[in-house]
Amino acid sequence: MNTFLEFEQPIEELYLQQQELIRKQEENGTDFSSEIKSLESKINEQRKEIYKNLSAWQKVQVSRHPERPHALSYMEALSGGEFTELHGDRYFSDDKAIVGGFGIIDGQSVMMIGHQKGANTKMRQYRNFGMARPEGYRKAMRLMRLAEKFNKPIVTLIDTPGAYPGVGAEERGQSQAIAKNLMDMAMLKVPIICVVIGEGASGGALGIGLGDKTYMLEHAWYSVISPENCSAILWRTWDFKEQAAESLKLTAKDMLKNKLIDGIIKEPIGGAHAFPLKAFEKVKKAVIQDIESFKKVSSEKMIDARIKKYGAMGVYQTM
Amino acid sequence: MCAAWFKRISRGIQTPTAKKKETPEGLWYNCPSCKEVITVEDHITNSWVCTHCDYHHRIGSKEYFQLLFDEGKFKELNAKLVSADPLKFVDKKKYTDRLTEASEKTGLKDAVKTAHGLINGRRIVIACMEFAFVGGSMGAVVGEKISRAIDYALKNKIPLLIISKSGGARMMEAAYSLMQMAKTSAKLALLDKAKIPYISLLTDPTTGGVSASFAMLGDVNIAEPNALIGFAGPRIIKETIGKDLPEGFQRSEFLKEHGFIDSIVHRNALKSEISQLLKFFSE
Ligand SMILES: [Zn+2]
Repeated sequence: MNTFLEFEQPIEELYLQQQELIRKQEENGTDFSSEIKSLESKINEQRKEIYKNLSAWQKVQVSRHPERPHALSYMEALSGGEFTELHGDRYFSDDKAIVGGFGIIDGQSVMMIGHQKGANTKMRQYRNFGMARPEGYRKAMRLMRLAEKFNKPIVTLIDTPGAYPGVGAEERGQSQAIAKNLMDMAMLKVPIICVVIGEGASGGALGIGLGDKTYMLEHAWYSVISPENCSAILWRTWDFKEQAAESLKLTAKDMLKNKLIDGIIKEPIGGAHAFPLKAFEKVKKAVIQDIESFKKVSSEKMIDARIKKYGAMGVYQTM
Repeated sequence: MCAAWFKRISRGIQTPTAKKKETPEGLWYNCPSCKEVITVEDHITNSWVCTHCDYHHRIGSKEYFQLLFDEGKFKELNAKLVSADPLKFVDKKKYTDRLTEASEKTGLKDAVKTAHGLINGRRIVIACMEFAFVGGSMGAVVGEKISRAIDYALKNKIPLLIISKSGGARMMEAAYSLMQMAKTSAKLALLDKAKIPYISLLTDPTTGGVSASFAMLGDVNIAEPNALIGFAGPRIIKETIGKDLPEGFQRSEFLKEHGFIDSIVHRNALKSEISQLLKFFSE
C-alpha cells in the first residue's frame, strides 16, 4: 500500500507510524512487535470505519484507485496463470484498452474479456486509460464468437471511463461497433457473465456488458456518464461531481435496488486495492457458481431470459 | 449525451411544431443556414427543406408521419406512456419540472412517437424520435415504446422504420437510460432473427447512446443530408484531442464515405426511397 485517497488519511497516518516502527526495529534491533501489531489492528479498525459509509463520490474514487487490480490481473488470478491472451480484431488492429483470451477456471475453459487500464503513467497511456476504440469492441466480439463456436462460457470484466472520443474512433464507427456488440451479445448461445470491477461508464462499458448475469464489485460504479461529465453538462461546471455522483445512483447498492444488475460482489474491507487476492477469490467464486448453474440451462432458454431481463429494465407510467 | 439540447434552448431557436402549423399563409421562413427568406408555404411544400440551400429543418413525428404515411393516416401505438422519475433526479432543476416544461412547450408526451400505417400501400411500423422533447433523449419511455413497436412489427410481420433524432441517453434517468441501449438492441436481434426488415433513418442529430444502439443496426441505414451522426459529440472530441476537427466530420456524407450509411436521401425522396427498399425486401 503506497497510495492513499484523501478520505483514507487516518489510515495513512497509522500506516506511516507503523512503517516508522518497523524501520526502527530493523535499525536498532529494539522489539516493537506488540506496538506494530496493535497499529495493525488500529489500521483495520479505521478501514472498517471508513469503508462502512463511503459516499457515492468516494466509491468513484476507490474505483479509480491506482492500485486497484485491473482486468488482466483478474484473468491471471482466476485461471491460476493458465491464461493465454489473444490479440486483434482481424480488421484493423489490436486495441490495447480491451484485452481477452482463454483461461482455465476451476477446470473449465472460459473466454475472459475486459477493459484494461495501466498501473503507471506509461502503461496508462499504452492502455489509453481503458478507453476502447471500435477495434476493441470488434476484438471482443471476435473472441466471443470463438467462445460460442467451442461452447465456452464468457466472462467480461468492465472497467472503463468511457469509449474513446477521437477522430479515428469515429471514422471507424465507434457507434456501430458498440451497437453491433449489443445486438450480437443478445443472441450468443453461451452464458455471458459480466462483472464491473471498477468504472462502468456509458456505452463504452455496456459494449462488452450485455449478459445473463451482471455483477458489480461493492465499490465499483456504473452509469450512463461519469459524475464529472454529468456535472459539466447539467451544472455547466465541474464543481458538482459529488452531487452528480449522488444523483446518478451509480453505486452497486443502488443499481441492485433498481434491478439494473443481478448482484453485488463484496470487496475485502478497505477495498480491492488493499487486498487484491481476496477480491480475486470472491470474483472467482461468483463466476464458478454461475458457470455451474448455466450448465443446466438450454441456450434457447438462456437467450430468452437474457432478452426478457433487459426488456424489463426501465420505469415509466401510463397516463 | 444531451449537450446539444441545452445549446439549442439557450440559443432560443425552439419553434414548436404546433405553432408553426398555425402560421398563416404568406409568412416567411428564415433559413438558419443560408439566411435566405422563403415563404412558409414553399418551405412546407418542400418537406421543410430550404429551397435555396437544401437545409433540412429539424422536424418531428407530426411532419414525418404526414410525409411518409399514405394520406397522412396512421394508428398510434402506446400513446399513453409517459416518463416517471424513479431516481428523483435533481440537478439545477428537478427532472419532473423539466418534463412538465418540455411537454407544455411541445405538446408531446415524450421523445418518441410510434405508429403503424401504409407507405405507398405497404404496411409499415414507424418509430419517430422528437428532438424538441428534452433533446430527443432516450429514457425508459423511448426504450419501452421502441421495444413495443418492435414487438408489434414482430407479431404482425411488418417492416420497421426508426427515425432517429437524438442527443443520446437521458442523463436524468442515468443507468436506466443506459440500459435502454441494451433493451432495444436485444429486441432488434429478435427482429433480425425473424427476418423482418428494419430500416434506420438517421437525421440531424443522431449521437451518443442512440447512435450506439438501434440507429446503427438497420438492415439498411439511410440518412438525411448533412446530419450530425456520431458516438461522441464534436465538442468533446475537440477537447480530448486538442485539435480542430476536419471539415464535414461526423456528417452524413462522412459516415457514408466511411462505410456506415448506405445512402443519403433528400427528404423529398424519402417516401419513394423507403417504399422502394421495402419492395426489394418483399418481392
Ligand atoms: Zn437555406
